Amino acid sequence: MSLLEVTHLSKSFSGLRAVDDVDFQVEAGEIVGLIGPNGAGKTTLFNLVAGRIPVDTGRVVFDGEDITGWTPHAIARRGIGRTFQLMRPFASMTVRDNVTVAAASSSPRLETARELADAVLDRVALAGMADEFAGALPTAARKRLELARALALDPQLLLLDEVLSGLTPAEREPLLELLVEIADEGRALLLVEHVMAAVMRLSQRILVLHHGQLLAAGTPDEVTSDPDVIEAYLGEEEQLAGS
Amino acid sequence: MSTVLRDARGQLLVLAGLAALLATVPFWLEGSARTVMIRIIISAGVGVGWNVMGGFAGQFSFGHAAYFGIGAYSSAYLLVDHGISPWIGMAVGAVLAAAFGALTGWLSFRYRLRGAYFALATFAFAEMLRLVVQGQEWLNGTQGLQVPVLAESSWWMLQFSTTSPNYFLVGLGLLVVLQAITILLFHGRRGMFIVAVREDEEGAEASGVDATAHKVMAVAVSGAMTAVMGTFFVQVFFFIDPALAFGPAESVAILLPAVVGGTGTLWGPIVGAAILIPLGEWTSKIVRDPPPFLDFVAGRSGIDLMVFATLLILILLFLPKGVYGSLAERFRR
Repeated sequence: MSLLEVTHLSKSFSGLRAVDDVDFQVEAGEIVGLIGPNGAGKTTLFNLVAGRIPVDTGRVVFDGEDITGWTPHAIARRGIGRTFQLMRPFASMTVRDNVTVAAASSSPRLETARELADAVLDRVALAGMADEFAGALPTAARKRLELARALALDPQLLLLDEVLSGLTPAEREPLLELLVEIADEGRALLLVEHVMAAVMRLSQRILVLHHGQLLAAGTPDEVTSDPDVIEAYLGEEEQLAGS
Repeated sequence: MSTVLRDARGQLLVLAGLAALLATVPFWLEGSARTVMIRIIISAGVGVGWNVMGGFAGQFSFGHAAYFGIGAYSSAYLLVDHGISPWIGMAVGAVLAAAFGALTGWLSFRYRLRGAYFALATFAFAEMLRLVVQGQEWLNGTQGLQVPVLAESSWWMLQFSTTSPNYFLVGLGLLVVLQAITILLFHGRRGMFIVAVREDEEGAEASGVDATAHKVMAVAVSGAMTAVMGTFFVQVFFFIDPALAFGPAESVAILLPAVVGGTGTLWGPIVGAAILIPLGEWTSKIVRDPPPFLDFVAGRSGIDLMVFATLLILILLFLPKGVYGSLAERFRR
């Protein structure tokens, strides 16, 4: 049985099928890239899995448990951590407290949570900024804070929405190494990413979403040579050129 | 600027020191000056209560008179009609206020009221209570309730001679308890969650925090705290009526100390009350009894409020995060 099993998942917004009958699985410890042109439904898919928006039809089974219709905080505590593309730090709280919130949500003792938060901050190389206000952090540090907050949940699955975008290549490299390390601990990573080189290098498997449907799935090599995928991306470029 | 502070013990020590200092006040201050001090205590107490919801939880309440009134009427009714001790009335009022807060809060959050719409809803709930109470004969309608004067002082019935220092000391004790609750709450896990939800609700939920539950909790705690001061108010001034208890003027009076002192800061409401009440006293005294060069303002009611409002605007213009909030931020680094 897979860690995450998504079956026949659909969601419409006023008639538009944002996610259309999508099936996929993620295994424990696997890194899966979720790509697709803008508006393909990637973030909607994340929001469905994380319980942020209710599903129309279909099921989300996590670690053998049907979590369809669960609230976001219950899903987070069950073991799915997520980051947001538009980062959502607790701006007036310190970096340490930001991470402590996530650690404390499933730990009744605040001191234990603080210790866990410090350990996580150390991992993402934010320990030196622990006492800064989160709102004052530069973008690269905020991205790592998002990751730290998700990691503090001790999740089995991480949904990472564009953690690499907006970073310089020099900032990207250590983060990539960290992601591999996290997966080596047996945590699964599902990442939405626009930085194609990184996602192809990192992922064992790629899912391609187009107009809300799963267009292709396979290894990076299989997917990049798939004619449907090439057409979908070329189509987008033509649209961009025309607009 | 608020943050989840780490050192609860330090804050409690500051509170203990302040309390010890203030406890001497009734022994060297008498008459109307002491009444002003009691009004500061009440204002600080309701401000501390409001701040839990309006400041730390970020849910701006324009209707906290609802909780103040529930506290005032619970004890007044039980005392006047059944001879029950105001201490019991205070506990009953706090529980009723927490329940009312939890219910109205949950409904407002359930239907996703935010910002100005949420504030208007709190205002509407307070007005609703005012109108309902006005129509209740068993609560003496618009006439209000008068606390019967006892022959002798009694701690159990919370009534003392007018010259007794005890009113001030009881009020101070209540304020210290409310402030200690706030300090402990916001140095703990729950308080941290409440602040996180204020900062970013979606981010908090993704971090495993039940946002709605913590918002409701903040409203209930805030309501109960405010109700406690409502009971104390009735015992000090011997009288309550629907407008005094539930009216919009009271709602404004409750939110002002925190706004002037600094919302979402631990000491803001207390600093705010210590500025507001004397300022109001001073401006009305100027109009009542002006110095020679201001003769022309004598007896012109309304001028004092204009001066008061102007000073408030100036304070918030120069210290936009409140007196304590802005100064604390400036001296942090």
